[in-house]
Amino acid sequence: MASNVILLVEDNPDDEALTLRALSKNNIKNQVVVARDGVEALDYLFGTGAYSGRDAHLIPQVVLLDLKLPKLDGLEVLRRLRADERTKLLPVVILTSSLEEQDRLRGYDLGANSYVRKPVNFNQFMEAVLQLGLYWLILNERPPLQGV
Amino acid sequence: MLRVPDSSISRRLTWMNMLVSGVALLLSCAAFVAYDRVSFRQTMVQDLSIQAQMIGSTSVSAVLFDDPRAGEETLAALQAAPNVLAAGIYTPQRRLFAAYWRGARGRDLPLPSLPLRQTQAHWFGDGELALVRSVIFEGKPVALVYLRSDLSQMNARSRRYAEIGAAVLLASLSAAFLISWSSQRAISKPLVQLAQTARIVSRDKNYSVRATPPGNRDEIALLVDSFNEMLAQIQSRDGALRMAHDSLELRVQQRTAELTASNNELEAFSYSVSHDLRAPLRSIDGFSQALLEDYSAKLDAGGQDHLRRVRAATQRMSVLIDDLLNLSRLSRSAIRRETLDLSALAAAVAEDVRKSDPARRVEFIIAKDLAAEGDPQLLRVVMENLLGNAWKYTSSHPQARIEFGASQDNGRRAFFVRDDGAGFDPRYAGRLFGAFQRLHAATEFPGTGIGLATVQRIIHRHGGKVWAEGAVEKGATFHFSL
Repeated sequence: MASNVILLVEDNPDDEALTLRALSKNNIKNQVVVARDGVEALDYLFGTGAYSGRDAHLIPQVVLLDLKLPKLDGLEVLRRLRADERTKLLPVVILTSSLEEQDRLRGYDLGANSYVRKPVNFNQFMEAVLQLGLYWLILNERPPLQGV
Repeated sequence: MLRVPDSSISRRLTWMNMLVSGVALLLSCAAFVAYDRVSFRQTMVQDLSIQAQMIGSTSVSAVLFDDPRAGEETLAALQAAPNVLAAGIYTPQRRLFAAYWRGARGRDLPLPSLPLRQTQAHWFGDGELALVRSVIFEGKPVALVYLRSDLSQMNARSRRYAEIGAAVLLASLSAAFLISWSSQRAISKPLVQLAQTARIVSRDKNYSVRATPPGNRDEIALLVDSFNEMLAQIQSRDGALRMAHDSLELRVQQRTAELTASNNELEAFSYSVSHDLRAPLRSIDGFSQALLEDYSAKLDAGGQDHLRRVRAATQRMSVLIDDLLNLSRLSRSAIRRETLDLSALAAAVAEDVRKSDPARRVEFIIAKDLAAEGDPQLLRVVMENLLGNAWKYTSSHPQARIEFGASQDNGRRAFFVRDDGAGFDPRYAGRLFGAFQRLHAATEFPGTGIGLATVQRIIHRHGGKVWAEGAVEKGATFHFSL
């Protein structure tokens, strides 16, 4: 089953606050679940660990994934969720400060749908979040659910 | 491998020796034989003369008593002398008195005349020796004796000498051959060995071989010793060279490893800069904005202005970080070398630049068909910076002219981008290419001052030069060579 949850995987509290602010300022009312490290993210997605008891079939609408995460790296999270049948087609937007070519390459290689660089300027950030919201939450057609 | 018996020095020495001894032998033989012939002729004449005297003395009475038969009997004794062909006794009036012929009776016997006051005369000719002697009895010439002899004795003798000579010559030449053959080895063998050794050394580049010195201390031994010494020197130098080369290689390897390590460090550094520096910047900017938005009621104009400056500063810092990252990335990236059409590149970049503000009246003059060798992406960055600068610094003029072309610099091909815009004060030209150095205020023309530093870094990596000319309000020309 699909939910409208936006999973935000971000360890930096400032960035987390700013992203939430940008989302709300852009009138994006979807529920946002924040995971502060890679393990928490996977726990949420698969209903394990801290999130055991959550129905793992309720997959989010989009994942906003930062790369520099403690415990489990962003790219590793991406690899694992692409490896699982349930989350293989889940739209993942890498939202990160880094514009390093190797990160982009590996991100796309591991199956990220999109790669967005977080701008320093907050106005630009707001604009970016608006665009992302419009696209992934409204314009984009979700992948059909499997095994449900 | 060389075969000693056939080498030319050996043969030459042997032939030389044989020639010398052959010539010496021939000359002495010839001298000897010539002398002998001469003296034998004299002997022959003497013998014939004695025979004539004997005939003369025994035939005196026959002549005086006019007894030709007695004369003939006397002459008949000449049968015993095998060389006498004919003989005759004549009266002083030159009348033939008695004659003798060996073998069949021959023709007449003309008497050659005797020169005056000479007792005897002889002539060599026609393969014969003729002799005439006057017989004196009691002070008066009473008869003339004429003898003719063949030269067979002499010829036989000469022939014998020739045979002996030839045999001796042959024997000596053979002996000379053998002797010189064995003795030339003393000279040529060490030389040949030396040549062989030299050939081995130069073919195999093996400097450890040495030539064997001959036993005796002559010039050849000196040559061999010098050669060996030379080889020893070459060997030691070669060894030293090899060692130096090896140590150099080692050092190059070490330096390369160090360089790679430092490059990797730089990579890691850039990565962390791009990530870690930007995050706090984002927070500063974001929350300043949040303050401005949410608490604008509680902030007066001064407070809002502070926050705005804070935000502006963070923007600048972000741009600076990006520029620095780009600059450092340039130094690390590998350069590709291709032939490309600079004119086409300039035209494409000019198009892009024009799109940023299509309303402006700017004329682009781009020379055609200028080709260059370099990295296409990096050169695009160069053109973007130079043409972008030209565009930027002519923005204060109502219309502008931007040129791209080729020029010569001390015989080397160079390119230039010229504009007729704001220009710069040439006194400060030295600062033009420094990183973050600007000659204009940010309020006049935006920019971080990294563009020209980037251009310079790229051009230098291509092994070229970049320089600028300009004057205030008279435009600027930027030249570069590749």
